Amino acid sequence: MKYTAQVTITLKKGMLDPEGTTIKRALNHLGFTTESVNTAKRLIIELEAESADVAAETVDEMCQKVLANPVIHNYTIDVCEC
Amino acid sequence: MKFAIIRFGGSNCDMDVHHVLSEVLGVETDLVWYKEKPEFLSDYAGVVIPGGFSYGDYLRAGAIAARTPIMDGVKRLAAKGVPVLGICNGFQILAESGLVAGALRGNEYPKFRCSSANLRVETTDSPFTGAYKKGDVIRVPIAHAEGNFYTDASTISKLNSNDQVAFRYVDEDGNPTAESNPNGSVENIAGILNEKKNVLGLMPHPERASEDVLGSRDGRKIFESMIKYAEIF
Repeated sequence: MKYTAQVTITLKKGMLDPEGTTIKRALNHLGFTTESVNTAKRLIIELEAESADVAAETVDEMCQKVLANPVIHNYTIDVCEC
Repeated sequence: MKFAIIRFGGSNCDMDVHHVLSEVLGVETDLVWYKEKPEFLSDYAGVVIPGGFSYGDYLRAGAIAARTPIMDGVKRLAAKGVPVLGICNGFQILAESGLVAGALRGNEYPKFRCSSANLRVETTDSPFTGAYKKGDVIRVPIAHAEGNFYTDASTISKLNSNDQVAFRYVDEDGNPTAESNPNGSVENIAGILNEKKNVLGLMPHPERASEDVLGSRDGRKIFESMIKYAEIF
């Protein structure tokens, strides 16, 4: 079955996110006030798998192996049949 | 005795390293395209992973290059004790491949830093720093946007206690101040060694500081030490 996995990769809590801070400043210059702005990377992966669970497991392995760097990243995976 | 410089698509400091090794220091040096089989590297006495933008820094700087088959060849050489030097993107690749600890993050102030840096030699107990004296302050150019070295507190502690920190950013007087740190890296770390001390990753470019005509030859001793070590090893 075809599944679509959305992987969201974020920096671990407490890590500086200079890009996010810069964007926050840019918004501020445009008149918007925000508590914080943090960036994340989204990967959209379409794959064949026997079930949603298997798809999630496979994508989790991808995250462990290359997509995320465990020293500095957290990640979440959402799988759907969409 | 031959050295290898690994080239990935996007590596751009390979020729400068080749110039220093072969023309300035007289070592037979091959430019090795990353698509060679890992075994191709078996007989080299030293390996350099040069700076640049391998794979366009896609996903994370060095992440994809670190996972190419040629890196198995580099890992095997490193396990044998052959000296492996990673410069800038090379350091990022070494970190991503697990050959040295930690990760290189985006600079704390989000700007590509292109300038001269003062580095303090933290240890001379390595194939790359043997020609220096501990505490030497050297001037070497940096050029990076993702040179912010990070690792957790317990790894930092191990790196320090095991004498694995090779270079720190310092001011002219040799003090590791915040102002002298161009990218926010933890404890002003500019370069680190692996546990066995035969692998060095550093963000600054010693190949751009190996000839007086370029303004500094302070970086030359890294290559000289590495060559001397490889000759004896």
